This record gives sequence, structure tokens and C-alpha cells, in this order.
Amino acid sequence: MHELSLSGAIVNTVVKHADGRRVSVVNLRVGRLRQVVPDTLEFYFAFVADGTVCAGARLEQELVPAVLGCHACENQWEIDFPVFRCPGCGTGEVDVVSGEEFEVESIEIEEDACIAQR
Amino acid sequence: MHRTKVRIVEDALDANNTIAEANRADFDRADVAVVNLMSAPGAGKTTLLERALPELGVRVGVLEGDVQGSMDADRLASLHIPVTQLNTDAGFGGECHLDANMVRSALTSLPLEDLDLLVIENVGNLVCPAEFRVGEDSRAMVVSVTEGEDKPLKYPLMFRTCELVIVNKLDLLPHIDFDLDKLLYNIDAVHPGVQTMLVSARNGGGVTQVAEWLAAVGDRAGAVA
Repeated sequence: MHELSLSGAIVNTVVKHADGRRVSVVNLRVGRLRQVVPDTLEFYFAFVADGTVCAGARLEQELVPAVLGCHACENQWEIDFPVFRCPGCGTGEVDVVSGEEFEVESIEIEEDACIAQR
Repeated sequence: MHRTKVRIVEDALDANNTIAEANRADFDRADVAVVNLMSAPGAGKTTLLERALPELGVRVGVLEGDVQGSMDADRLASLHIPVTQLNTDAGFGGECHLDANMVRSALTSLPLEDLDLLVIENVGNLVCPAEFRVGEDSRAMVVSVTEGEDKPLKYPLMFRTCELVIVNKLDLLPHIDFDLDKLLYNIDAVHPGVQTMLVSARNGGGVTQVAEWLAAVGDRAGAVA
């Protein structure tokens, strides 16, 4: 259900950068730990984007794997299940190396050729 | 028409985080520490606050977040502390969480200068509130034994984002099939080393340690100032 709130955050971010220009593609990086359901996000994005410069834009989602790193033994590993202990040495002194991303990486905008220089 | 790619690389929640920082600056100016208290609906946040807040010994206020109604705020107002109700249905589209902007809209109705501690009781939900910072110093959550042992594994973001996990409704343990050790094991797997407290808000068991924790957060703000 958080996909609705997150769609609003995406659209606000894109509108800020689009500067009134029509957006055709939004490229998003989503970490696995964000627990986003891609199809649901796409559904709500279309709904929230309606009436903005993002209306009809395609949402491209790059899923970033959840990778943890251990302080104690410098092990790095990918997780599919939310256990934040090092499988090597068993400590819980771990950092999230990747997987928490929720960022608008880029947008593709459509504009008249004469202002394409900006 | 011409298509151009514009590189942005911006966290989509940056706008919320910027407002959260502004809230935090206002809280700091007034020397108020802020706790964001979260849980699933019905885990017992309000009952726990009813029990714990009178024991605090610091000046406390509550910002009560609900989709609709003021039932929880009314209950807490009977403690004769400042309580402000924030409903997310009017103007916010019935949001299932509080975000930084909603909290900002309520700041003027809070007597911040008269408080050491503000408890923000978030909308009951284990998903969205974890995503949205509101300017808090600390995050705590309540999980009740009737919710099942697997909740940390299902909602890891929430359990990882809190520095205190309060396990509530312990008085119900004799009546239900619930493995407390398994819950604690799962909490520790998702957030190794996180502080936990075992509580029954209903009969008062363990409430004092929650009150002490809240009071310590309130004292921390004063100490920093």
C-alpha cells in the first residue's frame, strides 16, 4: 500500500526537475529492501501522474539487490530474506551496502528542437 | 519533437526529508525532544501512553495522528497534557501515515516552548510510517503478541528503523499460541542488538521502563541545549 505514497514522492521529484516540460520516461532505482511491488508502483504512478507533466509517462524500475557488508570480517553478501547477521562470523555489525535506494535516476523529456539546447 | 535524457539522481523522499529537517530545527530551537511512536493498528500505542505519560516527570505533549476521529486524542487529553489531533483525511487524501509536511502544519498548534518531550503517535500502519521522517529524534514501535511472531520478517523496514521495540499485551500470553522467544529472535535477526521491552499496558507491567526511556529522550534534548 505504500506504493501510493511513494508514487506521489516520485511525481513531485520529477515535476520539480521537469521545469514544465513533458516527461515520457522516468527511470527509477529501487532497492530490494524498500519492499516495493513493481506492478503496484506502476499502477499508482499512472494514477498520480495524471494531470501532471508525467501524465502517460513510462516508469522504468531498476531493482537494486540487497547487499550487506560485515564490519567484523569484511564479508559481503546478497540477501533474499531480511536477516541482518553475518553468515560468516555471526555478528550483527552489518551495513547495508545497497538495497535501500529509492531514487529518480533520470527522466526523458520531450521538447521542441529549438529549445533542446538548454 | 526531440527527446532528451536528464540525469537527476535524487532520492524521491528528499522533499519530505527537507521538511523533516525544518521541523527538527524548530524542535531544537524550542529544546523539545521528539519521539515518533509507530505500530500496526490496535497494538496498544494509546493505552501505553495513557499508562506511561503520567509517570514521566518531564513536560510532555502528544501529536496524535489518525486518519479520522479524535478518540485517541480525547483519551490522552484526560491526562491534562497538551494534545493536538492531526487527521490525515482532510486535505491529505486519507493518508495512512504522517509525513513531515503534515506534522509541520500542526506545529503552530503545539505549545513547544512549554514541552521537554513531544510524542508523535503515528497512524497505525507497519509500512508507510517507516518511510517518512517527520523531524523526530528517536523512533520507537509497539508490536503486540497477537500480531504473530513473523511480523519483523514481513515488515523489516519498520523494525530496522526503530531504536526501541516494545512488545505489548504480554498479559494475553496464557491465552494464545504465541512463541515470545521466536518473536524476539526474529526482531534480533532483522535489527541485531535493538533494545526491546516486554510490556502489558493493560495491567501496567513493564510500563515504568517505557516511561524511563521516554523521560531519558526528553532529558537528552535539555542536555544538548
